[in-house]
Amino acid sequence: MGFDTAYEAISEESDSGHRWAFGTGFTDPLAGVDTTVPAGVDGADLAAYCLMLGDDALIMSHRLQQWLARAPELEEETALANVALDLLGQARLLLTRAGRADGSGRTEDDYAFDRTEREFRNVRMAEVTDVDFAGLIARLLVFSTWRLALLGRLRESADPVLAAVAAQGVNELTYHRDYAAGWTIRLGDGTDYSRQRMQAGLAAVAPLVDELFVPSVVEQRLAGVAVNPEDLRPECDAVLAQVLAAARLDWPQVYGLSGVSGKAGRDGVHTEAMGYLLAELQSVARALPEATW
Amino acid sequence: MSSSDMSRDMSTTGMGAGSDVSGEPRSNWPLFEVFLRSKRGLNHVHVGSLHAADATMALHHARDLYTRRNEGVSIWVVKAADITASSPDEKDPFFAPSGDKVYRHPTFYEIPQSVPHI
Repeated sequence: MGFDTAYEAISEESDSGHRWAFGTGFTDPLAGVDTTVPAGVDGADLAAYCLMLGDDALIMSHRLQQWLARAPELEEETALANVALDLLGQARLLLTRAGRADGSGRTEDDYAFDRTEREFRNVRMAEVTDVDFAGLIARLLVFSTWRLALLGRLRESADPVLAAVAAQGVNELTYHRDYAAGWTIRLGDGTDYSRQRMQAGLAAVAPLVDELFVPSVVEQRLAGVAVNPEDLRPECDAVLAQVLAAARLDWPQVYGLSGVSGKAGRDGVHTEAMGYLLAELQSVARALPEATW
Repeated sequence: MSSSDMSRDMSTTGMGAGSDVSGEPRSNWPLFEVFLRSKRGLNHVHVGSLHAADATMALHHARDLYTRRNEGVSIWVVKAADITASSPDEKDPFFAPSGDKVYRHPTFYEIPQSVPHI
């Protein structure tokens, strides 16, 4: 077609309308964004931060993908797939950014498929399995509320790439949160049984919440570039309280899941579920390292 | 998670009758018809249908099913049961009488040269 990039090919406006069924007007979130590392920012730290946010999205996306062909309704399945694809898109941009920032030139695939469990920096909430649909909804509600608050602030980041990724992600996460909140209210304010399952879902996710708001060393060093997760707590608590009130649910009073010697997801210390997840995610790429698809 | 857990779960969350065993369709959600207006489009066009528990959920499902490739900027959903449609049995009385009235087209007029786009 004579276009340099896929985005150019499908963003071409055409009056004939014959391509209407496929949609037009796509935009590249990084179009015109300066991708050099800003002066005064440590490349290694920036890469580590990109991995944290990228791994959150990648691992959560994979868990969502595991719901495909198991979702209760076809329509819900597509909704979950859309959420997973949004997060995967964010992960691709962030992992690519990490390879640029640390100067290693590693690609998104290198990060996704060639790292060991201890090298992943996602919060543990992203990796745990869901007992049922209500459990998934509870996890998605907390995760998307937290990530939306985070990306909302990240739009002001001193790193233009992070700011651009965040600007796009805010729209996506707003929908994810809306979707999860809608189901939380339906199940919580539904039958006695659905309410019981929803409450159990919240109880499963609650021990993983405190970890979301603990700043890592990297985030502390990257003031102005990274968001301090401590600042997100009031907004997240307020949103969750509002949703739970509408759903007639109570926030479970549970202890946070402790780490190992004070270390948790951001330090590469994960739960048992992570090993199984990575085995599935990486097995093909490791068995056929030269394969392309 | 086992599939039996899943079906038990869904049977009590308004997500269907849970009658997998009987072979009955699980979903008892009503059918909605979806109309989409494209970016440069003039009017909403019917694009398909879906199941949802209520209109709000239908709107979300329509967004997830029919606008994934940037097809639309506005969505209408309407319960299929609320649409009054002409019946195929009445096709002839309804439509045949207009089939031979060619004079209803404005083709018997001289169009002045100075009037474009007709």
